[in-house]
Amino acid sequence: MGKTLSTVAQWTSAAGSKRLEFSPKNETILNSIVSFAENYASNNPEEAQMLFKKALVWKTKLRPSELNLNAEGDMFVSGDKHKSGQSLITYKKAGNEVSVHCLQSLIQLFSSAGDCKMEEARFCLEGNSDPLANMCGDRFATVDSEDNSTLRYVEEILKSKGQGKGEGEQDEENEKETEMLMIMRMVMTIIEFDNKLMKDSLVGMTHEIRLSPSQANREIDLLSKIAGKDEEKHALLAISYTKPYTYEFANGCRAPFHGQLKGDLCYTSCKLHDSDETLYVTANTDGWFVNKGPSDDKDKEFQKEEECYRSLVALLREKSAKFGENIDKQEFKKNQKSSLEKEIETENRGKRDGGRSNSQSKIKDDGGHDDRKHLKKKSERKLEPSVKWKLLGVSKTDEEESEKKKYGKPQSVTISKGSPLRYQSDDEPFEESSSESGEEEEIVERRPEATSDLPSEYWQIQKLVKYLKGGNQTATMIALCALRDFNLATVENCQLAVRDLGGLDVLINLLDTEESKCKMGALIILRDISNNAHIRRAIADLGGLQTMVKILRDPNKDLKCLAAETIANVARFRRARRTVRRHGGIKKLVGLLDCTLPKSDNVSEEEEKNIEVARSGALALWSCSKSTKNKESMRRNGAIPLLAQLLKSPHENMLIPVVGTLQECASEHDYRLAIRTEGMIQDLVKNLKSKNPELQMHCASAIFKCAEEKETRELVRKYGGLNPLVSLLESREDKLLLTAATGAIWKCSKSRENAQKFQELKTIDTLVSLLQDQPEEVLTNVVGALSELAQDPPNRLQIRKAGGLPALIELLTGTNKALLVNVTNAVGQCAEESSNMDVIDKLDGVRLLWSLLKNPSTEVQSSAAWAICPCIENAKDAGEMVRSFVGGLELIVNLLKSDDKEVLASVCAAIGHIAKDEENLAVITDHGVVPMLAQLTNRTSDKLRRHLAEAIARCCNWGKNRESFGNAKAVAPLVKYLKSKDMDVHRSTACALHELSKHPDNCITMHENGVVKLLIDMVGSKDDILQEAAAGCIGNIRRLALANERSKHK
Amino acid sequence: MSDFTQNMRNASQEKDLIESLVSRTHFKKPEIEALIKHYKRLVTCASYTSTNRRGLMDRTIFRDFLLQQFQMTDDIFMDRVFRAFDTDNNSYVSEEEWVTGMSVFLRGTVQERVKFCFTVYDLNQDGYISREEMFHVLKNSLLKQASDEDPDEGIKELVDIALKALDQDHDNRISFLDFENSNKKDKYTLVMELLGPCLPQDCLRDAYEATYCAPANKQPFA
Repeated sequence: MGKTLSTVAQWTSAAGSKRLEFSPKNETILNSIVSFAENYASNNPEEAQMLFKKALVWKTKLRPSELNLNAEGDMFVSGDKHKSGQSLITYKKAGNEVSVHCLQSLIQLFSSAGDCKMEEARFCLEGNSDPLANMCGDRFATVDSEDNSTLRYVEEILKSKGQGKGEGEQDEENEKETEMLMIMRMVMTIIEFDNKLMKDSLVGMTHEIRLSPSQANREIDLLSKIAGKDEEKHALLAISYTKPYTYEFANGCRAPFHGQLKGDLCYTSCKLHDSDETLYVTANTDGWFVNKGPSDDKDKEFQKEEECYRSLVALLREKSAKFGENIDKQEFKKNQKSSLEKEIETENRGKRDGGRSNSQSKIKDDGGHDDRKHLKKKSERKLEPSVKWKLLGVSKTDEEESEKKKYGKPQSVTISKGSPLRYQSDDEPFEESSSESGEEEEIVERRPEATSDLPSEYWQIQKLVKYLKGGNQTATMIALCALRDFNLATVENCQLAVRDLGGLDVLINLLDTEESKCKMGALIILRDISNNAHIRRAIADLGGLQTMVKILRDPNKDLKCLAAETIANVARFRRARRTVRRHGGIKKLVGLLDCTLPKSDNVSEEEEKNIEVARSGALALWSCSKSTKNKESMRRNGAIPLLAQLLKSPHENMLIPVVGTLQECASEHDYRLAIRTEGMIQDLVKNLKSKNPELQMHCASAIFKCAEEKETRELVRKYGGLNPLVSLLESREDKLLLTAATGAIWKCSKSRENAQKFQELKTIDTLVSLLQDQPEEVLTNVVGALSELAQDPPNRLQIRKAGGLPALIELLTGTNKALLVNVTNAVGQCAEESSNMDVIDKLDGVRLLWSLLKNPSTEVQSSAAWAICPCIENAKDAGEMVRSFVGGLELIVNLLKSDDKEVLASVCAAIGHIAKDEENLAVITDHGVVPMLAQLTNRTSDKLRRHLAEAIARCCNWGKNRESFGNAKAVAPLVKYLKSKDMDVHRSTACALHELSKHPDNCITMHENGVVKLLIDMVGSKDDILQEAAAGCIGNIRRLALANERSKHK
Repeated sequence: MSDFTQNMRNASQEKDLIESLVSRTHFKKPEIEALIKHYKRLVTCASYTSTNRRGLMDRTIFRDFLLQQFQMTDDIFMDRVFRAFDTDNNSYVSEEEWVTGMSVFLRGTVQERVKFCFTVYDLNQDGYISREEMFHVLKNSLLKQASDEDPDEGIKELVDIALKALDQDHDNRISFLDFENSNKKDKYTLVMELLGPCLPQDCLRDAYEATYCAPANKQPFA
């Protein structure tokens, strides 16, 4: 018994008192112990009456009366007594402790306990974890090591038998001997029973080993391999880890920590062939069960739904007949893996299977993981053709690509993914810039197939690189000059050849020498080859940027120029830009900008060089300014006044980088302000008229960004910038220029005066003609401009006349978010005109707008809802039109659940319009619009309040809606709206209160919330509607009071 | 003639010389005076140890000067630079030659420096830089040779490469015109000293100018 109890039985780990866990296993053990005890007692009455060496003591729940005990002092004792006079059961009042002194009485106690028998047995065992020791003496206590106490006992008995004893002692001896034999027998039987019990529970245990993460992962991997589209061949359609819990933690689990607390290992989603729904399954330590799937609510997420299965296969077999059919057909396919990988896997498996218990397998698992990494490294080394591949981090991606193809399943998780961000392991995450449009991403290198195809340049370059490495300064210079004569700036083969032949390291080392000619030569080569994206990365990796930043302070102006130009090339990707900043490059580059422009035309050589330095500095800053932090750093180092100074330059090649930098930086508010206040707008406008399309483009795009601010827009007009902008629309082929120009027009047209000017310039016609066959960026800007211009009624008509409506409606079917926002705005503006509305209606524009309410973007949702308002307002038979959209009303009502303020306001406005039609009001009431609106009354946004009150006012006109609003506690918050500062809120709230006050209960609520005082103030308002509504509301309240009065006096 | 009148004449001659040099060189008068002072000091210092008593700068003094001030070590180039200074080929650099030479050496225009370099490289002064001359100049350029390769092979290849860069008319030798044209094409004037350094490095030049041709009145201790 002792062994079983100490090893097999499950004890709770609660500190202090040991307790038996309530588990099926323990129950079985208890049952067998009790029944064994009963059997034993009835079969061996003598032994049952033997006194225990030490009483079994435990706290009982039974009362003394139930045990037929007699009171004796502060104890209760049983009537039965042993021949020695010891009561067989004693009961201490204090602490409800019962002591049992022989097996017979124990059985008696159990039987009198009746239903509580099991419970008592449990308490008994909890109180006496080693009952054998109590019963037969401490010598039989269970010990972990080898136990030969019984053997020694037998020897003792035999010895005492053999000894001749005196006559007198004979009786006593005999008695002792029988007792010893009795104990012997008892011990033997109990030990035998213990062993049997142990064996039984072990058999049971082998059936229920707990699931481990590695087992779960293996099962999912296995199934993912036999998943596929073919219904006949594949057992299931697809299986993968449920997102977002796909990351494998160090312990092998994929479930989040709160899930792991519940024992969850990972979550998977499977698609079966014979069911459309995705099956969400949890792998728990207890087994596999179906869960409720992901949900926003963390508590409800992956809740257990059905019973547990031993394995995923068993579960799926139960769920899907098809699966059961096909899984049996699966053969153990030969793994189509490279031998090396197989090796890794078998090794892992071996390790994993080696350990059974949790802790053990975990340790082993980790070991396996390390090994895998190690082996993976080995394989990489084998496959890499040259060191430079490693530099660019391309080899691994290629491998993985082919890996994926082989399995045809992206979710095969056999091998840990290599990180593509190998060089981005630095601490801080990369800063993002809003205008980081020109960002280049890591490109997989295209390489010639075999060395035989290499062009002749390759061998020549090889020779030169040899002299570069193995010559003195003169040889180096000769090699550099010869290298320079190759077309390094454009021919990719030459660029890569320099790198592949190891020339890059030498070139970068040369930058550290004293000899300025060498530095110059090396920089010329670096500048040219850094037109290649791979070379740029390689230069940054070799630490070239740091040295180049240092060279920016060199007295030699040519060197400064070259270094800045090379930095301009290299800093086209984020990491490089950050390196430049961190090594103080921005300050030095800004320093280069400082040059006085010559007043006269005849420029000395010296001045020319200074200008050249400034230009190259601007070029480098242009590249660097694509990162937000660099913009900030430039500003702090005083770049703005210097840029403003350079902007006065007459040279295009100077202006392009300067304006380029400015337009890049204009995404920041500080820069926009500075551009305006430093008087740069005038120069920008002047350069709009330049002949160079690139310069024009940058100027237009700088204006595009700066014209977010009202004062800037005024300045653009003041300096005559609108004309050139409109004339830029003629250049239809240059899409970049067109994007910038239309963008500038869009932003500028936000000012009324500008819009008028555009009207004079007949811009609408030109813009409408741009609605076709243009890239999305251009369309977004064009439509944005149209929507701004359409705020003027004559322009709306003009858009229709120019044939813009069909094109706009057509664009409603697009997917680009920014474009959709602008299009919906434009259509909404046009719909303000009822003659336009006919056209829109005919083109089914309202339906398209309505379907955009389903768009995932909240911006699109709200702008669509805003656009719907004028449509309903102006359409003929709007009610019928709205009803004709199947599910449309439900859709819009459900949008009231949105979290976005703007969406809520716009939807409230739309509902206000919809509710004008009684039938539609009935439908939305059915969809529960009233409680939803009532729920929103606590919001504080004035815009939302205004439209919400409007919607509530309109929704009152149906059935018991007034009463429902009152019940939903919408009235009291509405009264508070009257304290808002916004007149529009007052008006719509007064209307709503007026409507609500038609129900007496609401009047009472309003009165309680002190509405009368507020309304009386409103009655004096100049706004007719507000006046009337307030007065009406007060009237209703007064009438109720009078009626009340009257009924009292009756 | 008394020593006095001799000195007077020398002084007035020197004055005339300086006047004429101001118009012919990139130096201002005090700078020329400072340069001549340095010249005299170099010559006087040397005269204690050597047999040269003529008060003129000979090859040895000049080579020592190049080595000390401009860290030039190549024998061939030091000799050639001396020859370029010594325009009258009398194996001495006079005060006049010194100042005019220094004008090109330190402050020469691109054109002047190109001419200077060509003179240095044209070892036999026949107006052309031949393959042989180039080979001679470059023979120490390669630090180490692969053991299986003929050491001259690498040099020959290097000569070919240099020739390709400089020889515009493809006649296997470099005329002054070739040299001038290749320099005109090169914005950064890298080919000027292609065959070996014969002009002072920027930093050493600036250091020398600051030390020896700064006008005396600007020196703080004067």
